[in-house]
Amino acid sequence: MALRSLALATRKTLTLGLNSTRLSQSRALQTFSLPDLPYDYGALEPAISGEIMQLHHQKHHQTYITNYNKALEQLHDAIQKGDSSTVAKLQSAIKFNGGGHINHSIFWQNLAPIREGGGEPPKGSLGWVIDTNFGSLESLIQNINAEGAALQGSGWVWLGLDKELKKLVIETTANQDPLVTKGPHLVPLLGIDVWEHAYYLQYKNVRPDYLKNIWKVINWKYASEVYEKESA
Amino acid sequence: MATSQNSALLPSQAKFELKPPPYPLNALEPHMSQATLEYHWGKHHKTYVENLNKQIVGTELQGLSLEDIVVVSYNKGDVLPSFNNAAQAWNHEFFWESMKPGGGGKPSGELLDLIEKDFGSFDQFVEEFKSAAATQFGSGWAWLAYKASEKDKKLEVIKSVNAVNPLVSDYFPLLTIDVWEHAYYLDFQNRRPDYISTFMEKLVSWEAVSARLEKAKVQAAK
Repeated sequence: MALRSLALATRKTLTLGLNSTRLSQSRALQTFSLPDLPYDYGALEPAISGEIMQLHHQKHHQTYITNYNKALEQLHDAIQKGDSSTVAKLQSAIKFNGGGHINHSIFWQNLAPIREGGGEPPKGSLGWVIDTNFGSLESLIQNINAEGAALQGSGWVWLGLDKELKKLVIETTANQDPLVTKGPHLVPLLGIDVWEHAYYLQYKNVRPDYLKNIWKVINWKYASEVYEKESA
Repeated sequence: MATSQNSALLPSQAKFELKPPPYPLNALEPHMSQATLEYHWGKHHKTYVENLNKQIVGTELQGLSLEDIVVVSYNKGDVLPSFNNAAQAWNHEFFWESMKPGGGGKPSGELLDLIEKDFGSFDQFVEEFKSAAATQFGSGWAWLAYKASEKDKKLEVIKSVNAVNPLVSDYFPLLTIDVWEHAYYLDFQNRRPDYISTFMEKLVSWEAVSARLEKAKVQAAK
């Protein structure tokens, strides 16, 4: 690996921001940074308020990244020292904060302003397979919303592709568990954050209203792209 | 604590009421806003009580005390459908009564002695309690609880997920803080640690905690 100067070059991608920080005797530790949103904070109104989008992105997602990076550095040290007890102890912080980073990075791409296609029903192969698996898009949405509303506490509701069984599934995960924790062959097409921070300032306790309205800004284009790529 | 009592009705008519906090909804301002109380008590807590009442109609749970319903429906972890509503109804009533206008400060007397014995100092207890509240991932609660066994009587800090509370593990709860986001989001947004500090410094009712400890000791002696 080429040596780099300590004035670090930061490389941001639309999905996961990656930094390379300090070199040590072994491989450099890759840490992460907050990806930019592909739209303004207010661009999803009135479905999701600009206030929520800004807090959600700049505070919640950023905090997951900060804590994920911290846990990775501690893990890096512990691995180098052969400190198994610390390695084991860090697993939950890594799953929680790393999962938070993964899930939110997907979520920002699952949303789009209406003038950029947000809310437009899926066409092509994804639209067809939704009708085949669920009868109609409305039926799929009803199912996802029922699962999302019934989720106790904090978590996510997902539309996923089971690559092995070659079919669409609706799943929920608790806290920041990524979809893959429900099955190694599951690929997330669409995730809806049902943590209270995702909707509380606007919808308060009425989670079902949030779930009803978010479909106006769901970016089916992204879900279709992922579906086509993963089902090829 | 005075639990929501079923009035003297036949078991088939028994239902729980939404008990108001022991202070007006604006009384905890500016530390916990009236708006928060209006939603948290007036919507969230109310919904748990209403849904619990619907769920227990015609079942053998109807007529039991709320605490008994919590323990029975916990079912050693294999929870029955009414656990979530029952436990959350219990937890929220306990939470309102854990706070008071002009709260905070330090406990005194026997409670303080026990805290110093089991945590080293009051400050160390506060650290541990705040840490538990801050590190409960997702939704849940942090507790100060009293455990009485044959060998030992001691205080512990516990954190629990979603609706779970220490009643189900045979502890006597003494104090709780709700760390579901709905408890603090209107006032503190993502800043849970600030909410927790404010709770400790300005809201905790040590009188309520001491009274609960007294009751716990009496019950433990039985």
